[in-house]
Amino acid sequence: MSLPAEIRAQDLVARGVLRDDGYSASVAGQMPPIISRGFRGRREDAPPGRVPPGQYVTRDFPVLSAGPTPHTPLERWDFTISGEVDEPRRWTWDEFRGLPSEEITVDIHCVTKWSKLDTVWQGVRVDTLLEGIETSAEYTVAFSDGGYTTNVPLEDLTGGKAWVAFSYDGEPLQPVHGGPARMLVPHLYFWKSAKWVRGLRLTPVDEPGFWETNGYHNYGDPWREQRYWGD
Amino acid sequence: MEGTTVLGRLTWQPADVTGVVAETPRATTIAFDVPGWAGHRAGQHLDVRLTADDGYQAERSYSIASAPDGMHIELTVVRIADGEVSPYLTDDLQPGDQIELRGPVGGYFVWEPPLGGPLLLVAGGSGVAPLMAMIRLRAAAGSDVQTRLLLSSRGWDDIIYRDELERLNGNGLTVVHTLTMSQPPGWAGYARRVDAEMLAEVGPGPAERPLVYICGPTPFVEAAAQALVGLGHQPEAIKTERFGPTGS
Amino acid sequence: MDELMLDGNAVAGMLSEVFAVEMTTATMTCGNCGTSGAVGAMHVFRGAGIVMRCPNCDNVMAKIVEDGTRMWMNFGGTQALEITR
Repeated sequence: MSLPAEIRAQDLVARGVLRDDGYSASVAGQMPPIISRGFRGRREDAPPGRVPPGQYVTRDFPVLSAGPTPHTPLERWDFTISGEVDEPRRWTWDEFRGLPSEEITVDIHCVTKWSKLDTVWQGVRVDTLLEGIETSAEYTVAFSDGGYTTNVPLEDLTGGKAWVAFSYDGEPLQPVHGGPARMLVPHLYFWKSAKWVRGLRLTPVDEPGFWETNGYHNYGDPWREQRYWGD
Repeated sequence: MEGTTVLGRLTWQPADVTGVVAETPRATTIAFDVPGWAGHRAGQHLDVRLTADDGYQAERSYSIASAPDGMHIELTVVRIADGEVSPYLTDDLQPGDQIELRGPVGGYFVWEPPLGGPLLLVAGGSGVAPLMAMIRLRAAAGSDVQTRLLLSSRGWDDIIYRDELERLNGNGLTVVHTLTMSQPPGWAGYARRVDAEMLAEVGPGPAERPLVYICGPTPFVEAAAQALVGLGHQPEAIKTERFGPTGS
Repeated sequence: MDELMLDGNAVAGMLSEVFAVEMTTATMTCGNCGTSGAVGAMHVFRGAGIVMRCPNCDNVMAKIVEDGTRMWMNFGGTQALEITR
């Protein structure tokens, strides 16, 4: 086979071998997707500005889990606050349920792009759990049955921004959705609202959790679309 | 050895819909021609990706139900009411449409004649699709390896590939049905969920060292696999493919 | 038994975009309990990302996260991944 005397970049672009930015056209993933005629998916409309960028509203409540659903008996359940604290705190289930709680209605946003509007929960404010606790820590790690962890700055859990929720939509929180209790931190992507939560560790340095160590954004603000590392 | 590895990375490629045929009230077979398709192995699956015109995407995996046949492939999709993808595939797709798929993948859950038998194929609902690819390949290859298919369906009208299975019954293939929700008048067959007693009766037993393939919803696969291990089948001889909670 | 659980077959397509070899027949050895098994037999969960767990002890063998162009994989819980070329 003999090569042409001169191979011009513009010829390669014309033949679809080279993109006009100089990169090969055959790099996997660079071809635009084929539009599926008439496909919409099951998406709801939302009032403009209500939903963070890149999100779609659903009426379902998708179940996403990093592992099998734990089934900790309530007699063995406790919630602890430990780490950089003057003294650790612990509540049994009965003690936890004896704390003041409130009903909250919030929108929730999952990094996998679904948002659910006006979800109704019942929970104990993290502020209530932290009452009287002295700490110099600026960070927390929420930890759960099954080993899941997620890190949230302490100031993102206080000031009425976060709860430990035990009821959803008027019913006790189902195990698949994180029951008996889960974190509820609606201003961040929902992976920060740890299911099956068993406590908070207050830490002097930020300790990235289960997903934050493997691609998901360390902070996770849906309004700035902070889904992944580098976003 | 050809077929044990896939050389090169796969990516999304276009497929042309050539036919849409209802199998049962809920299951539809969609036939595609896939330009450049290099063939597949019975039991493999592929991923389908749908993109709306605003960029919204959804992906699902489907087992290839057809035996290898050039660039022609068939998927059987069970329509989930309120589903995001299945109603589009079963109700909206028409011959001439194009969708994207990626595959074939899966060297773990495959069978071909050189692997021999006897075979015990256990299917729950749409889980019959990859096993049907194996049965069709077996027929096309003229194999008479002893094969038992235990197929669990909701009712007589929900049995996917019912007529074809009846035609293929024989020549070493035995098809046994269990109908879990409704049975036709005079039904003398199994009428309950697959359990250890049923599996022991359908056989082959562990002493025959069958190759076992179980496919369907996760609870179905778990129950069947545990029952078979309890009956004495070696775990290494049991291959499983779980479709998730609803089996879609 | 968790009805949401899938198995390694469910991630075969995703892995085929990265690995040049068939991955469901690759073998993973658990760094926690030492059990080896085919990727196709690993327990798979879909959370914010994909989690692959040992069918024997539930240890997290792998985590996979992807956006449109990047993929992050952690095989920290896997002692060894064996691939046949």
